[in-house]
Amino acid sequence: MSLQVTERRNLYLAEFERNGRSLPAFRDLRKKAISRFGSLGFPTGREEAWRHTDTTMLAKTPFRPATGTANPAQFAGLSKGPLKACQIAFVDGRYAPAFSSLDLPPGVRVMSLAAVLRDDPKRVEPWLARQASFDLSPFTALNTAFMNDGAFLFVPRGIALPAPVHLLFLSSLHGEAYVTHPRILLVLEENASATVVQSWLGPAGGTYFTNAVTEAVLGDGARLELTKVQRESQEAFHLETLQVVQGRGAGFTHHSISLGGRLSRNDLGSVLAGEGAECSLLGLYEVAHDQQVDHHTTIDHAKPHGTSRELYKGVLDGRSRGVFDGRIVVRPDAQKTNALQSNKNLLLSKEALVHTKPQLEIFANDVKCKHGATIGQLDEAMLFYMRSRGIGAGEARRLLIHAFASEIIDTVKAPAVRSQIGGCLGLLVGGA
Amino acid sequence: MLEIKNLHATAGGKPVLKGLALTVAAGQVHAVMGPNGSGKSTLAHVLAGRDGFLVTQGEVLYRGKDLMALSPEDRAREGVFLAFQYPVEIPGVGNAYFLRSAYNAIRKHRGQPELDAHDFLKLLNEKAALVEMTEALLQRPVNEGFSGGEKKRNEILQMLVLEPALAILDETDSGLDVDAMRIVAKGVNSLRSPDRAMLVITHYQRLLDYIVPDRVHILKDGVIERSGGKELALEVEEKGYATVKS
Repeated sequence: MSLQVTERRNLYLAEFERNGRSLPAFRDLRKKAISRFGSLGFPTGREEAWRHTDTTMLAKTPFRPATGTANPAQFAGLSKGPLKACQIAFVDGRYAPAFSSLDLPPGVRVMSLAAVLRDDPKRVEPWLARQASFDLSPFTALNTAFMNDGAFLFVPRGIALPAPVHLLFLSSLHGEAYVTHPRILLVLEENASATVVQSWLGPAGGTYFTNAVTEAVLGDGARLELTKVQRESQEAFHLETLQVVQGRGAGFTHHSISLGGRLSRNDLGSVLAGEGAECSLLGLYEVAHDQQVDHHTTIDHAKPHGTSRELYKGVLDGRSRGVFDGRIVVRPDAQKTNALQSNKNLLLSKEALVHTKPQLEIFANDVKCKHGATIGQLDEAMLFYMRSRGIGAGEARRLLIHAFASEIIDTVKAPAVRSQIGGCLGLLVGGA
Repeated sequence: MLEIKNLHATAGGKPVLKGLALTVAAGQVHAVMGPNGSGKSTLAHVLAGRDGFLVTQGEVLYRGKDLMALSPEDRAREGVFLAFQYPVEIPGVGNAYFLRSAYNAIRKHRGQPELDAHDFLKLLNEKAALVEMTEALLQRPVNEGFSGGEKKRNEILQMLVLEPALAILDETDSGLDVDAMRIVAKGVNSLRSPDRAMLVITHYQRLLDYIVPDRVHILKDGVIERSGGKELALEVEEKGYATVKS
């Protein structure tokens, strides 16, 4: 590692030294986390999990902690999304009550994590930082050391949320490169169910680093659909670690829709800790220019009769890069596991590149596991057929990209989110 | 309407058309017949502007303008339509949505207002009835899982909706049973009009029992070997291509 990168690590250590004491609650945990970050440092290409993810730029950029002085007026347009009825918003990582409006059934909580950490940290203590380990992840360590705000959702036993909850993370445009460490905790008790949409939005040209960690705890029979729509600035770095623990018969569906970011990386993990749990990890990424988007998934089948399905589809143009790294672990106890994994990519240019790698670690003998990956181009015969009917070349490409993406988009339950995703597709790549 | 002069073209680098000449006036239906490998499909693809087919000599005038200078979509917008011999399946793109996109692209080109989903559906249902296309087929992805006959009927439906000035039918009869052929022919015949021309490319005479041509041309080794009235098709049927000489 170069001296310069080591210095950048010191930048974060010094920041903690200076201001760590002013961060609310979990003092010992924070100290452990920053010390772990200190010994791990920024990942290098020598580590297998980071072989295709170059963090040099990320490590080199002197990101400052977000100041929280952004003028919220610049988001007036952005925040009027179709989901604003039940929305909690954050600007540069801090709770923004002006864009939040919550109408929830009795007992359900959607709160700013900062308020919880300040007033009643015991409320989140049973779950927070107990799912996402920072032992091997420098970025989770960094988040844990600096976590300050984010969202806390709690759905009590047997309650089904009638409408999606929207977690809106807005990044502002200001002179300095800055970093935020949003932390999200989703807790669903037994047989509770919820749909959560997580939007990440940033203005063009904004250079910032979003270092998010999401933890979700699903009690027995709970159901969670979590849809992430990432539309960060083209200059932004976006890292998110998601760690889920599923109880018996719990169902978890995740969508990762990645459209923005210079570098965006999703480390997604779920432990099927109870018998008969179901996990679907679905993803759609569309990138161009010099963008890179990563999905590193780990599905840990710990108990029998678990089902997991992974489908990641990518559209890559320009010199963009995609990485899919799908690990499936089937523990000795997890008999009758059924796991399916697939990664399909459309490359629209000669320079675009995809690295795809399945990793199956199977320690039980009565399981079904299938994986596959494809890389292809837009079909010339289909394009010609459409053009021969008067549809322009750009529009024909857009229609085919939509057709490719529809397999993922159609699985998103909320119609408003489906149409929002549809509207964003094909704008960057393959256009006329 | 269509004037093809001394057309030489290659398919995948191989010379196929070798000086083809053909003129189709508005209001007329011409049939181009020929054995396998004579250049029938190459002619259809050259007229539609498919990649991989290169014009090396000669010219094609459509309404007096150089057709070859136009992109495939502009040819369609100017009123040229090719009914494909092998229509492609396009999973994920709804048939009705696809056809509305095409219809509106052409309207826009003509400076006409676009039709919304509701009004278009009315028009589509009206045309679909003519070729006995069910609602289910209209809502399915383009040609996906369609039978051979359904695909060909879908081609004719597109033609009915887009109302081209020049329609080229490339072996539309291949793979059709008699009932399907009758339906297809009914659709095609409903479009016959004094300001429209049609080029019916076929291997067999039987389609011409239903779509009766004004002129018949025999294509052989890349040139029109002989032309005549509709009775020429019957002669081919009787004697085969080998013995029909100019």
